[in-house]
Amino acid sequence: MDFRFEIVQDYMPFFLKGMAVTIGVSLAGILIGLILGLFIALGNMSSNKLIRLPFNIYINIFRGTPLLVQLLIIHFGIVPMFMSPSDPLVSLIIGLSLNSAAYIAEIFRAGIQSIDKGQMEAARSLGMTRVQAMKLVILPQAVKRVIPPLGNEFIVLLKESSLGSVLAAPELMYWGRAAAGQYIRIWEPYLTVALIYLVLTLSLTYLMNYVERRMKTDDLR
Amino acid sequence: MISVKNLKKSFGDNEVLKDISLDVDSQEVVVVIGPSGSGKSTFIRCLNMLETINGGQVLIDGKDLTDKNTNINTIRTDVGMVFQHFNLFPHKTILDNITLAPMNVRKMKKKEAEEKAMGLLEKVGLAEKASAYPESLSGGQKQRVAIARALAMEPKIMLFDEPTSALDPEMVGEVLEVMKQLAKDGMTMIVVTHEMGFAREVGDRVIFMDNGYIIEQNEPTALFDKPQHKRTKAFLSKVL
Ligand SMILES: Nc1ncnc2c1ncn2[C@@H]1O[C@H](COP(=O)(O)OP(=O)(O)O)[C@@H](O)[C@H]1O
Ligand SMILES: [Mg+2]
Repeated sequence: MDFRFEIVQDYMPFFLKGMAVTIGVSLAGILIGLILGLFIALGNMSSNKLIRLPFNIYINIFRGTPLLVQLLIIHFGIVPMFMSPSDPLVSLIIGLSLNSAAYIAEIFRAGIQSIDKGQMEAARSLGMTRVQAMKLVILPQAVKRVIPPLGNEFIVLLKESSLGSVLAAPELMYWGRAAAGQYIRIWEPYLTVALIYLVLTLSLTYLMNYVERRMKTDDLR
Repeated sequence: MISVKNLKKSFGDNEVLKDISLDVDSQEVVVVIGPSGSGKSTFIRCLNMLETINGGQVLIDGKDLTDKNTNINTIRTDVGMVFQHFNLFPHKTILDNITLAPMNVRKMKKKEAEEKAMGLLEKVGLAEKASAYPESLSGGQKQRVAIARALAMEPKIMLFDEPTSALDPEMVGEVLEVMKQLAKDGMTMIVVTHEMGFAREVGDRVIFMDNGYIIEQNEPTALFDKPQHKRTKAFLSKVL
């Protein structure tokens, strides 16, 4: 197998640009997903069945269908209603946000429900409203427990953002496919892209482990 | 102060409180005893609506808990509760545990709330622990903080659900001591406990519950020394 490094070299500026876009859309996706996810998690834990229902449906739809299908529907069906022509980056960010929101909602729910019931009871018995008890007592404790699964979700999201290439969003995978098409080569572009993803996810894993260790040391409170 | 009329409470098909009626006067200390599973916890949890009530009526200081227009959160500030497992907030210092509700529910200024909290911590003998976290406290110390935290809301009534049952024996005394002082200061109290010595010494009245009913109630000496009911006798012979 002859590996032509000059292809990698020629395309490096595009790969780096693609990497920046990949990081950007993933960050946007996780941040919007966090806000939506918290809201959905709280809605999904309402004591009122009717309020729970739409949140529950949302979670099931977005977790139960492939992200690729969601992206295609969003890009070719929904975004064109508001924007023409639809920008693939906008569609990708919307898709990643809505999809991660469903997973993040479940992460938050698990985190909140892992807090001892006595905490809510103590807060309520002191006269706090449900919202106050959530904000002041439950969520601050749940945050620590949801950080590791949220880190995993971010890693998953970073990899799944590669589906944006199908929409021609100029992220890392898109440039890999572009190089493969231009040079009619397989190994150089795809191995390079794979390596860049690997560096990104491994750095994130390392960062997460560091954060977790840090949290453990000041967890004695 | 507290008036309970024909209170009923079920969990699904399981009727846990069958027909409870009880009046408690201001400054009275009522001790509730009875076998495990008889409904003692459920009963006092109904008094601050930690459990929803299925039937009957509960009046706290004249306010009807079962009335939809009653603001439960205001009632709860009048009714302090101390739990078997303390339920301190582990992410807050001892001082912050105590000031959290006064500052957020009563909208008290931070400085005022902290001064008040320090006063209460002194009262329960834990002023030097103000900046510690719950993790570093012994069970007895945690429970004393939990009492101080409830008192910070200036309740008119204090409910205790087996406050010493989760403690090592050598720590029971320090918590009971704080409760005795509270009774002396004139607090209206309902205490679920297995500490018969405390019941005798501090209780104005002892209530024996079994199987969702109040079987018998009397002054402590009368109830302990001359129980009238067969089931009371059987229970007392096991615990005394
Ligand atoms: N949240 C709940 N859901 C279902 N059953 C409950 C719940 N809490 C208590 N019970 C049941 O109610 C009965 C009385 O419990 P409890 O009031 O805790 O008794 P005690 O405090 O006297 O030991 C028990 O049979 C218990 O299983
Ligand atoms: Mg109990």
